Amino acid sequence: MNCAVLVFPGSNREGDMARALKAATGRAPAMLWHDDHQLPDDTDLVVLPGGFSYGDYLRCGAIAGRSAIMDAIRAHAKRGGLVLGVCNGFQILCESGLLPGVLMRNANLRFVCRMQHLKVERADTAFTGRYKQGQTIKVAIAHGEGNYEAADAEIERLEGEGLVAFRYCDLDGRVGGEANPNGSRNDIAGIYSPARNVLGLMPHPENLIDPLVGGVDGLGLFESLAAASAA
Amino acid sequence: MKARVVVTLKPGVLDPQGKAIEGALGSLGVKGVASVRQGKVFDVELSAGDSAEARASLEAACQKLLANTVIENYSIDI
Repeated sequence: MNCAVLVFPGSNREGDMARALKAATGRAPAMLWHDDHQLPDDTDLVVLPGGFSYGDYLRCGAIAGRSAIMDAIRAHAKRGGLVLGVCNGFQILCESGLLPGVLMRNANLRFVCRMQHLKVERADTAFTGRYKQGQTIKVAIAHGEGNYEAADAEIERLEGEGLVAFRYCDLDGRVGGEANPNGSRNDIAGIYSPARNVLGLMPHPENLIDPLVGGVDGLGLFESLAAASAA
Repeated sequence: MKARVVVTLKPGVLDPQGKAIEGALGSLGVKGVASVRQGKVFDVELSAGDSAEARASLEAACQKLLANTVIENYSIDI
């Protein structure tokens, strides 16, 4: 699988992302700078990593979401190409219009940095084939603006069309309540585009790929992508 | 030509920052504050020749970048 990781001024998780992609695919991804205008030929997967692009100025992801490379990513997604946005990358996807809604300030106003359990809503997508539907996975979260919000009709559409990818839950898989770290609507941690080839999520699966740091539940997402691309 | 753009959260959108400020004003003993909502102000200088042209530029600026119209309203004052 050919992967490309986008780097914006203020991105800081691109190294972790590259390591996870290499672990799952055996190949290092191309690293692209934000003012490149095109993706390498035969790119299968574009990844927008976490961080604080443009210092979170104006709104998180607002300026990166309008950078030169985004037109190429929009065209890639339209062709059915895979796009993954994690944390700030999810914020950028929402700001660019590739995904609906917006990530607002956490309801409790705190930056949360901790391990977090997620429920895998469906296991029939390119991102989740190696998981089981309803499985609980442990990944990391680190964000101050992860409170997913959209118009009521948009939330209904996401739910109705099965476009919620992950929800916040506790160790035992109970969704919501205390397990929701940021006040996100319907405990949404990640969503898909209608064709399910674009995924944005706040948590960091790329940080849980090594037993040394507390688990390998995140690796499944990258292995799913590698498997889907090889199929 | 100078203009001011004000971006505010739409009614009904939860504003945790405004709520925190509201609480802080209460604890400072400021009386009579019923609620606070936080927004953004942009002071913009334009080279436009007339105010219609300026308004058109600012309208584009708000739609494309300054406001996220999912959650925010904007107003333009030239």
